[in-house]
Amino acid sequence: MIFGIPLQAFLGQLLVGLINGSFYAMLSLGLAVIFGMLKIINFAHGAQYMFGAFVGFLLLQWLNIGYWPALVLAPLVVGVVGMVVERTMLSRLYSLDPLYGLLFTFGLALVIEGVFRYCYGVSGQPYAAPDALSGGTNLGFMFLPNYRGWVVVSSLVVCLGTWLAIEKTKLGAYLRAATENPKLVQAFGVNVPVLLTLTYGLGSALAGLAGILAAPVYQVSPLMGSDLIIVVFAVVVVGGMGSILGAVITGYVLGLAEGLTKVFYPEASNIVVFVIMAIVLLVRPAGLFGKDA
Amino acid sequence: MSEPLLALRGLNAWYGEGHALHGVDLDVFPGETVTLLGRNGVGKTTTLRAIMGLIRKRTGTTTFGGRDLMHMPLHHVARAGLGFVPEERGIFSTLSVDENLNLPPVVAPGGMSLDEIFTLFPNLKTRRNSQGTKLSGGEQQMLAMARMLRTGVKMLLLDEPTEGLAPVIVQRIGEVLAELKARGMTILLVEQNFRFARRIADRFYLMEHGKITASFPVGELDQRMALLGEVLGV
Repeated sequence: MIFGIPLQAFLGQLLVGLINGSFYAMLSLGLAVIFGMLKIINFAHGAQYMFGAFVGFLLLQWLNIGYWPALVLAPLVVGVVGMVVERTMLSRLYSLDPLYGLLFTFGLALVIEGVFRYCYGVSGQPYAAPDALSGGTNLGFMFLPNYRGWVVVSSLVVCLGTWLAIEKTKLGAYLRAATENPKLVQAFGVNVPVLLTLTYGLGSALAGLAGILAAPVYQVSPLMGSDLIIVVFAVVVVGGMGSILGAVITGYVLGLAEGLTKVFYPEASNIVVFVIMAIVLLVRPAGLFGKDA
Repeated sequence: MSEPLLALRGLNAWYGEGHALHGVDLDVFPGETVTLLGRNGVGKTTTLRAIMGLIRKRTGTTTFGGRDLMHMPLHHVARAGLGFVPEERGIFSTLSVDENLNLPPVVAPGGMSLDEIFTLFPNLKTRRNSQGTKLSGGEQQMLAMARMLRTGVKMLLLDEPTEGLAPVIVQRIGEVLAELKARGMTILLVEQNFRFARRIADRFYLMEHGKITASFPVGELDQRMALLGEVLGV
């Protein structure tokens, strides 16, 4: 027992919170990377997450390609589609007010979701976890479904890997420098337009990866992205726009906060993230990890 | 005389609706150090930014080594062999000194090695792992210059490298520029401080209201002092 709550129930909700937090972290990471570089709030992020889950689902339906290849193919497909969208459409909006980028990606999200709704309705499609990750492990104090453990671990690896790639590699240095002063980096001879395309591809691919990871946890549905993305935007605001590390840490923390609220005051669990967002905006308008707070 | 490395003919440039350059003609020959003098706001920085292509609203012709710069994408200008050291220095705060130094891609063979750069700028070596913007103003200026020397560019565009720096640092920058000149680097220097510039420059251009109004070699500097005093207000 902990605070009058059975330990099992407490840990169970904490795990649910950690799972949700894993998806928040991956999605807000992609949003932060895109925003930092392109100065565009990618409203299509939820749709790209859903698209990633559907790529996995359709690969299985049409080509009988299973989970493990899909884990590579789904982010790849979503990333490449993202790069085509950036090159052919989004890049034309950079010289305009950032609001145009926001409106464009919002419209794009509606189109993508509309297409999948038209084809597959709004009811979810099941997508089974791979055999290797079915079942669960008894940790002694609680029962952990293997697939959920896998989600938490892979999300941590992806977030840490992305962060390291941005902080420690040459390409990451170009990315950070171009986030600060794109014109000067281009005047040094770096092809910044290509860098922007790659960044949008990377951000989209992260959303697609989160989508295929989520497919066995939640059902594959055209609305799965729009359900999640509002919370993820709140995460980005709390973490501080454009802060990579802030986005990741805040993602996990808010997922856990949501889980804990479900234990102690379930009625508030759907709004706790937004209450935290409101408080953070009052106290630190630039977000917990944002600059100029 | 040989062909100029950099040649501007009738260069006009605009900031939004503001017409900043009114037909600038300017030549820099290979191995030469040329200084562009003028008061604040006459268009010196604009000239450098228009050469680099950081200002796209421009007319006239600009050639570098015979190649047309006017229709070149921004990231091809450095690859053609032009290195830019901006007035605000442009050191990246999210990058370490090392990362700042290694950021600009090498565009041609013949650039300095890191060892040579650290011999020229020993301070940078001891502060390699510091955040770029944690350096003093003088060190940031040295870093801004040093990172272009690695790349093998044929010509440097330097925008007021001595601005706001202590005399001992200005002295050091003068020595570095003399060393670069001795190595055959072509330099276009924007300066207000002609006492500093006269130690390294071969020729001067005087700029007023977006136009070149005088051009003379360093030997004529003394007989032009009255004019310079009037135009520069010193």
